[in-house]
Amino acid sequence: MESNLITEDKQKNKLEKAFEILKTMASKPSGLIGLTIVLFHVVLALISPYIAPYDYKAISPNTMLLAPSAEHWFGTDSLGRDVFTRTILGGRTALTVTFFGSLIALLWGGLLGIFCGLVGGKIDDVVMRVVDAFLSIPWILAMLLIVSLLGTSTEVLIPALGFFYGKGIVRVARAATHDVIAKDFIVSARARGHSNMSIIWNEIIPNVRDAILVEGAMRWSWMLLGFSSLSFLGFGVSPPTPDWGLMISNARGLMSFAYWSVIAPIVGLSSLIIGINLTADAFAKALGIDRSTKAPV
Amino acid sequence: MNEIIESVKNLSIGFNSQKGKQISILRNVSTNIKKGETVGIVGESGSGKSTLALAMMGYIKQGLFPLKGECLFKSEDLLKMSSRQLEKIRGRKIAMIPQNAGQALTPNLKIGYQIDEALKLHTDLNKTERDKKISELLNKVRLPSPETMAFRYPHELSGGQQQRVAVAMALAGKPDLLLLDEPTTGLDVTTQAHVLELLRFIAKDTGTSMIYVSHDLGAIAQVSDRIVVMYAGEIVLEGPARKILKEPIHPYTYGLLKSIPKLSLAGLPASMPGSQPQPGSINEGCSFYDRCNLANDNCKKNSPDLEHIKELDTNVRCFNYKELLNQNNNLQTSITKKSNNSEANEVLKLKDVSISYAKQKFFDQLLNKISDQNPTVKDINIDIKKGETIALVGESGSGKSTILKSIAGLLKTKDGQIKFEKDRILSSDLKKRNPNDLRAIQLIFQNPDESLNPNHTVEQILSQPLKLYFNLSGDELKKNIIDLLKKVRLGEFYMSRYPRQLSGGEKQRVAVARAFAAKPDIILCDEVTSALDVSVQAAVLNLLQQLKEDLGTTYVFVSHDLAVVRAISDRVAVLYQGRLCEIGPSQNVYKFPSHPYTEVLLGAVLEPDPDIKPKLVAEDIVEEKPPEKGCSFQGRCPRKIGDICNSEVPPWQIGENGNAIRCHINIEELASLQQ
Repeated sequence: MESNLITEDKQKNKLEKAFEILKTMASKPSGLIGLTIVLFHVVLALISPYIAPYDYKAISPNTMLLAPSAEHWFGTDSLGRDVFTRTILGGRTALTVTFFGSLIALLWGGLLGIFCGLVGGKIDDVVMRVVDAFLSIPWILAMLLIVSLLGTSTEVLIPALGFFYGKGIVRVARAATHDVIAKDFIVSARARGHSNMSIIWNEIIPNVRDAILVEGAMRWSWMLLGFSSLSFLGFGVSPPTPDWGLMISNARGLMSFAYWSVIAPIVGLSSLIIGINLTADAFAKALGIDRSTKAPV
Repeated sequence: MNEIIESVKNLSIGFNSQKGKQISILRNVSTNIKKGETVGIVGESGSGKSTLALAMMGYIKQGLFPLKGECLFKSEDLLKMSSRQLEKIRGRKIAMIPQNAGQALTPNLKIGYQIDEALKLHTDLNKTERDKKISELLNKVRLPSPETMAFRYPHELSGGQQQRVAVAMALAGKPDLLLLDEPTTGLDVTTQAHVLELLRFIAKDTGTSMIYVSHDLGAIAQVSDRIVVMYAGEIVLEGPARKILKEPIHPYTYGLLKSIPKLSLAGLPASMPGSQPQPGSINEGCSFYDRCNLANDNCKKNSPDLEHIKELDTNVRCFNYKELLNQNNNLQTSITKKSNNSEANEVLKLKDVSISYAKQKFFDQLLNKISDQNPTVKDINIDIKKGETIALVGESGSGKSTILKSIAGLLKTKDGQIKFEKDRILSSDLKKRNPNDLRAIQLIFQNPDESLNPNHTVEQILSQPLKLYFNLSGDELKKNIIDLLKKVRLGEFYMSRYPRQLSGGEKQRVAVARAFAAKPDIILCDEVTSALDVSVQAAVLNLLQQLKEDLGTTYVFVSHDLAVVRAISDRVAVLYQGRLCEIGPSQNVYKFPSHPYTEVLLGAVLEPDPDIKPKLVAEDIVEEKPPEKGCSFQGRCPRKIGDICNSEVPPWQIGENGNAIRCHINIEELASLQQ
């Protein structure tokens, strides 16, 4: 019973901590704006299937390229589909793919980086040169190759994006680990005879977690841009699934006289990226203030 | 002589906390600096001494702001000046010497150029005059060969030389007031003594007033005419140096002086309970109330004012100072420690241990050997008995920490063996040691900020060794943790705290508790008190001694501080450049005859007593690496007798006191030389 109480207490502490970090993030205008935008997009992605006024794939020659009106708030596209419907649904795939992609990137990049940083020596040398070699390949070419070989389903896109965006995280995690392993508490754990796994789990991860999470949040926004670029090139999700990149690509030829069909997805995409960036910045600041420069008062 | 050049009046400096409260770091500080006078400002970390010193040159750290009061330099308020006006004063009228000259000098500019910059800014001399002035300045700070010195880069100089360059730069503008913020804190003992001697000379020679800020009463005692003691942002005692050091009439100063280990005293210094209050947590009443043994109800309710006592020429902030007036003979006392019986068994034996940092060449790597003819640490033979405290003493680069690391298995030895319990050889590879041997040898580090994981609670920190070695969990684990905390005199409620919520002394106690959690036979202490304030240091030393007496642990205690070593150790081994110079029972090592290097070290110790001046018998040269042949101390030895010192390794001689000395000079002759 008593131990149960302790764990409950701890969990509560963790929740409280997360809440405190959110509060710190929201205390600055830029953080508040970022959080609001991200929250807005997430909520929209969750509820959009239920509030979409039209069927996203209903084609009609009668409603081609209509300007915004009371019926079609953002107008219609060249196939007569409602742009508002497609815009609010268009964020769903992008958010899901990039969220899980970032998670994968964080996991493999973070763990590999920490491992290399701790072990050092030859293993570190070899792994880092391989990572460097991958970094030198333009990711979009490699992505195009993968997508054209394996298809454009989300099952392919998530791990592929996760892999390509994780390379950079390896370096960040490794550098953060190097900062930590010089400290005496790691030496102390080593001298006690802890295994590498135990040192990584108990001593290193709690100290590099923040740096890696912040990096992951930044990568998320880059991945979103990358994913949309793929769609724009026609290698992302396949039509008729609504997607911002695809919508921009389809409508770009008509931009001069049907600007509405391109503006809505652009606003959606860029606001989400800006939102994530602002949030990541505020997140970093909140963690930084919380951990190092907090006055003893 | 009595002209006041700077006067601080009712100065308070503070900041706004996150909760929007105004919190003061300095409270109502008033003091005067007279012309030609050296004032020492002393206090523990967080007492506001640096804030005060910086305010005296019109500088206030970011985030802080003056709440009230003024800093008058020649009757102009520095705190109200524009940055343009301050520019004219700083460097020219008031100059500063930083704590770490190595960081204060620009690494990619030659030092001559850097001094020239200061001269250009603060004087109207032309190029040739400036060149002459540079070598004059370098001469004045006693740097060797000033002509070539100007063309060197900062990294080519030793720490002491860098500090001298900083002094030269500060003197370039012929300032009226020199501000020194812990100028010798990072330096080795012998270097420190030399720099202090130089500063004293300069003060006398140029008539410059100095403000010397330090936590070290030993250093302050050597230079100051007057001493200001700060506590929790207030001046608690101010007066002539001799009076303050010999007859301190404030309980804090009294306690502080008692908590400093002294060479002349065997046994442990008395510690002061508690710690300094954090800014903002000071309520009404005296700020020293919690820790004071003279305190009464009056002290709790009312805050004493700074009272001037005419006959002593002293200002004191205490209601009960009169009780201390006649108590001062007690300053020279200490707590006697139980010494162990020398019959005990050996627990650890270092046999011909050599350690090298040299990189292995390819072939050596294949053959798995190290072929370094001149290793960093060479031929160390020490037998450590169960239950004793053996200290390894030496300056930086003496290899003392290196030896400790290889005992812990963190560094591979080149040659020799480390034997543990009944001649069992410990592998020099940590991974090959068995878990019980790992448990038996534990480490405590210098800086608890680095040795405790900042993201773990105290409970998590202490549970690590308990889980690893004894597989404890649940209630039993918790019970053990509480027991450990009790052992180091911390309460149960510390379990949920993070290291950042603890004071320096509390953190080090947690580190001690973690080492004892393994129920070790040997604890390796690496400069465990040098990051702590003196009053806290005394408490940690007493704690270590108490634990040892209770549990029979053996300590290998590494320190650069001879007085601390004197206080805690049973036996002392003196190291220079990775070679043993002298080893023996501590009371004998501190007596003559001793190895010339021990003599140099002992001479350089700064005691908080204006009557004991350091004896400077050797140059403070820093040697990069040990000599290949002969005696390790040949380069600096004041008693060098000739070629034999350069060519042959000196033999061990055992004196009648039982200390072994490695020197070519006959031990009786050495004794008569040192009388």
